[in-house]
Amino acid sequence: MSARDRILAKLNAAPVLPKAAPDIAAWYQTHRGTENTTEKAARFRGCIEFAHAEVHAVSPTSWLQKLSEVLADKQIGKLLVAPDTDQGARAIAGLGGIECRGYDSRIEEWKEEMFHDIPASLTAARCAIAETGTLVLWPDEHEPRLMSLVPPVHIVLLAAATIHNTFYEAMQSEGWANGLPTNALLISGPSKTADIQVTLAYGAHGPKELIVLLMGEAA
Amino acid sequence: MSEQALNFMPSEGFRARAKDVVENPFLRQSFRGAMDFLINKRITQFPDPEELESLRTLGEQIRQYNLGKLPSLLVQLEENLTRNGIKVDWAETPDEANAIILGICNAHSAKLMVKGKSMVSEEIELNHACEAAGIDAMESDMGEYIVQLAGEKPSHIIMPAIHKTKQEIAELFAAKVPGIDYTDNVDELIQIGRKVLREKFLVADIGLSGVNFAVAETGTLCLVENEGNGRLSTTAPPVHIAITGIEKIVEKLDHVPPLLSLLTRSATGQNISTYFNMISGPRKPGEKDGPTEVHLVLLDNGRSQAYADEQLRKTLQCIRCGACMNHCPVYTRIGGHAYGTTYPGPIGKIISPHMLGLEATATMATASSLCGACGEVCPVKIPIPELLMRLREESFSAPHANPAMRGQGAGYSALVSAIWRGWAAVYRSPSLYRMVTWLGSRFGGLMPSNQGPWTSVRVPLKPAPKRLRDMLKERR
Repeated sequence: MSARDRILAKLNAAPVLPKAAPDIAAWYQTHRGTENTTEKAARFRGCIEFAHAEVHAVSPTSWLQKLSEVLADKQIGKLLVAPDTDQGARAIAGLGGIECRGYDSRIEEWKEEMFHDIPASLTAARCAIAETGTLVLWPDEHEPRLMSLVPPVHIVLLAAATIHNTFYEAMQSEGWANGLPTNALLISGPSKTADIQVTLAYGAHGPKELIVLLMGEAA
Repeated sequence: MSEQALNFMPSEGFRARAKDVVENPFLRQSFRGAMDFLINKRITQFPDPEELESLRTLGEQIRQYNLGKLPSLLVQLEENLTRNGIKVDWAETPDEANAIILGICNAHSAKLMVKGKSMVSEEIELNHACEAAGIDAMESDMGEYIVQLAGEKPSHIIMPAIHKTKQEIAELFAAKVPGIDYTDNVDELIQIGRKVLREKFLVADIGLSGVNFAVAETGTLCLVENEGNGRLSTTAPPVHIAITGIEKIVEKLDHVPPLLSLLTRSATGQNISTYFNMISGPRKPGEKDGPTEVHLVLLDNGRSQAYADEQLRKTLQCIRCGACMNHCPVYTRIGGHAYGTTYPGPIGKIISPHMLGLEATATMATASSLCGACGEVCPVKIPIPELLMRLREESFSAPHANPAMRGQGAGYSALVSAIWRGWAAVYRSPSLYRMVTWLGSRFGGLMPSNQGPWTSVRVPLKPAPKRLRDMLKERR
């Protein structure tokens, strides 16, 4: 008998009475409100700024200009982008004076450069969560996982219209249970730790700075 | 398996270790300060008592519903993980779990393993097993890294290095990290850790992590963290091994949001952690990064024993937030190391006996004033005080056939039991009670001056020369 069979046999032998399924929808219905896009954007912004992220209100036409200003401001000359995405292509075409490094090959071929020589990256967010000030990223073959993790500065483009009230609403309305990517991510600020004497410090292992370009939010 | 783990007898030496901490004002101040900080942070996250109460009830329902279907959910999880390309292994004991993990390491000729925070890997003493096999297992959570550098163990499940001051950490870094001068600036210390560990993430062969929730319907492993080391451990190396206890499973993806909210708010008083990492498979063809191989090790290690009993099963509702420790007056005074177990504090007292047997943990449940704070703050309503009473019963009752727990009766003493039976008899019979108290008032002077633990810090007990009933009689 394998360990699997022995464990399952022990569990199956226990006298367990089935319990009623929890009504999660009802709890959210009674305990969480729904807001309009402007209110959700404001709540999202308040929460993620509280977690030390930097948020800039932009429009579909002005975000590239704002990105350029942010990079100049932080004296960043090189940006990791996903060339096969809309925002990546536009950054490559429109960011004068910035070296746009495309994530165009398997990480094994350039891991050293990723860890030592990429000061910043640009990705899109799939959607966001107002309640907790959370970005949702679904990395894929075009915009891989490490883009939002290794570079010290992570810049995210988010459309305000995609902000949900709650995490529950996000997964329900988008049908996440029917298909998740290999790695779905919720990101709610720059990397941090309070492991030394409960003193909060930013830039633990992930990005030291998280910058959100919030598109469509009333300025 | 290391000898150290085999000889694990937490009950032995508990008093001595606890006394050491209680007599150390610096340590006591560290724990008190940190626990007060966490208690206050939690309060700010739950401003509405009704919301808290209804969410705790929902959390309890979710955990009990899923435990009610545990065996079939484990099979469903295995099917869906396998379909997603994640390899599943099962281990009954820590030895089996270590053998599985070392087997995977050997298949890849691994030399370096980076570890995200995992209490289950502490539970199986994986670092010792790796060391014995010549594999460098490196902790990457800042607190765990500090504790490992110091050659110690975590003293708190959420804040592993809570027992250390920044000055101690500064001295530790200066002594152990090459090329580092003394600095007790917390930001600088964190940046030192970041720099050292980045180089490890770059070259590690294996990334190891725990699991906060495993979702059966989608075959997804969820991890909660703030630092990014969990993501790096599960993304940068070519192979990711996750290890979890069999109880951390939910059937539906929509069970996750309420539990995540309860977990982060109860643990560190954050409305959400910086990262919530949901892994549903290794790198797909065409994807440019992520591990090419993902494994999950499902560990029993005594959990099925707790599962077999209706009351003890509630132990498995735990989502490992640590709120019970933060609010425990005993933990706050003696810290995590005194317990001598992987899991300290109230949750440690109710889970460890299943892992180690009552022979090794007979007195653990007695290190409690039964004040009830742990049960009151538990986000999934585990009745911890009731379970502590139950474990005392299991430890100190006379050994009997078919016990619910390994080591039942380990704390039993015929003499102590006889004394309590006598006590009960005296209090049941009014005439016997009158006689005994009369004897007490006449011969109280014969009480010994050494009355064991009582007189170690107090004056001896001596019955009064007149009983209350005698004094009342005189007043009439």
